[in-house]
Amino acid sequence: MSQAQQNITLTPTTPQPEPSSFRLVFSLGLAGLLSGIILVGTFMYTNPMIKANREAAIQRAIFKVLPDCASYTTLKLQEEQLLIKTDDDSKEEPVKDELLVYAGYNDQNELIGFAIPGSEPGFQDVISGIMGYDGANKTIIGFEVLESKETPGLGDKIFKDADFQTNFTSLVVDPEIIPVKNGQKQNSNEVEAITGATISSKAVVRLLNKSMDIWQNTIDAYIIENQMNVKKEND
Amino acid sequence: MIDQENKNQTAQEFLKGLWDENPVFVAVLGMCPALAVTNTAINSLAMGLATTFVLVSSSLIVSSLKSVIPKQVRITTYIIIIATFVTVVDFALAAFTPAIHKELGAFIALIVVNCLILGRQEAFASKNSVGLSVLDALGMSAGFTFAMLCIGIPREVLGSGSLFNIALFGDSFEPWVVMILPPGGFLMLGFLLLGFNWYSKRKKERAVINEMNI
Amino acid sequence: MDNLLWIFISALLINNFTLAYFLGLCPFLGVTGRLDTAFRLGLANIFVMLITAICAYVLNTWVLVYAPYLRLISFIIVIASSVQFVEMAMKKFSPDLFRALGIFLPLITTNCAILGLALFSTNKGYGFVEGLIYALGAGGGVTLALVLLAGIREETRILNIPDVMKGTALHLIIAGILSMAFMGFAGLFSA
Repeated sequence: MSQAQQNITLTPTTPQPEPSSFRLVFSLGLAGLLSGIILVGTFMYTNPMIKANREAAIQRAIFKVLPDCASYTTLKLQEEQLLIKTDDDSKEEPVKDELLVYAGYNDQNELIGFAIPGSEPGFQDVISGIMGYDGANKTIIGFEVLESKETPGLGDKIFKDADFQTNFTSLVVDPEIIPVKNGQKQNSNEVEAITGATISSKAVVRLLNKSMDIWQNTIDAYIIENQMNVKKEND
Repeated sequence: MIDQENKNQTAQEFLKGLWDENPVFVAVLGMCPALAVTNTAINSLAMGLATTFVLVSSSLIVSSLKSVIPKQVRITTYIIIIATFVTVVDFALAAFTPAIHKELGAFIALIVVNCLILGRQEAFASKNSVGLSVLDALGMSAGFTFAMLCIGIPREVLGSGSLFNIALFGDSFEPWVVMILPPGGFLMLGFLLLGFNWYSKRKKERAVINEMNI
Repeated sequence: MDNLLWIFISALLINNFTLAYFLGLCPFLGVTGRLDTAFRLGLANIFVMLITAICAYVLNTWVLVYAPYLRLISFIIVIASSVQFVEMAMKKFSPDLFRALGIFLPLITTNCAILGLALFSTNKGYGFVEGLIYALGAGGGVTLALVLLAGIREETRILNIPDVMKGTALHLIIAGILSMAFMGFAGLFSA
């Protein structure tokens, strides 16, 4: 046969047999199994690093709001009592609605204060922060914004403006923290709001007050009950 | 002769993803991540690289197993494969670059619904050799990353006055804040598409004119 | 946890899923030619989101705490199954609606808004009720964006638009202006 004739001859194609249900399920199962192996392997390799990163981030935040902090213990709220948190090793992820605070100690093992995380809706979205609370003097000794989606150039001054930060070095919490206009701070329980970012500033104040409502009594009781070795103010 | 043809074809497979068939500008695929993470250049680059990893790995596996995967369950299988690699990239970023992982957030996981990746498996990787599929994946990802940077770099420069977190202008620069906010994403991509369309149209017109002159 | 009304309004207006988070853009740019189809797609979205919210909560609470690496795959399987289920149920109980939605229903599976809802809800640590309210608000927000763009697109049909601008480029710029308008909702809840 010539080349042309060979090319024109059509070979009848046999119709492909339908794969059985078993074959389909088997293929999917195999894919799932291989996927599972890759995922478990990746997880086992990376999870220790992820956990370490998480711990490091928390530690950074705690050390920022509790000056001279050298170590801390994690406490969780259970039935209105503060208990030392035990690690539940079966759970690979932190349980989101667990209420936790951190007791910070300096290198002489004296209690400096408690680092309390909190969150509150701000101008754009939820503002998440952590405050340092000195139970002996009932003041806030530090505050750090952890997450914020506030407007760049305006609301984001809550973590970019150095003047706003000075509000939180020694802020009295009783009876409650009050926001005031810029330049009008008279009492030690007042926070000067940022001009042009009043709503974000007020959100921070609400965050602080809300956390105090939740934690203050429990923490004060905890300090007394455990006769904690509190850092003396005027040593 | 044949070698030259193969080389051209190889180059073509890679290059088509960059311009002629650029996934973002031509096919308007993979929009969601393209706009959400392009508020800084670093995030754009990170997202582009993550997508590259997922697309190349998936194409590699899919084209290697194309004769084994039954037709009826192919989409499901592709999705399982893609989701596996996306999870791997997610955990890898969380472990090695936690700052970037925090910035990109849930959008890393959303790579799995990026129509670009599933589209390439269905249209190309399931029908071509491993080598060509990987090249196609690399080309498409390069085009995608290029598009992300085209959106991300202007947004960061105009909206924050910086590039890759290095401040470009002095203190007197008043940033065009809307560029790093959501509307900026929409507008940036809209104007880029406009420019791309205009350029393509001119190229076509020139080609027609050249042909007429010859 | 956050106030329920805030969660709803935030997802609906202040942090609209489409106009602020860029989720659900494929249908947003592709399927907004007609007002009624856009609205129906939005409703289908809401329904699938509600089902997804419930399933995501169940998975998160009892399964994924022990195996977080299975999160993505399990969410996708759940979403795909929900869409199949909704399709079958709709075919049986409301065939008119099924015919009207046509091909849109399966497209919801790859819609990043649904998966985005599940992931965002997980990251925020929402419980059962909060997750449902969040899904309602998010779905409503997506529907709102779809309907708004469809309405505007219908209006622009009679206008003289230059060739290079036609299509997605124009819709993106319209979306940008809509997004700017929605920015005005920020601070809606503040004392």
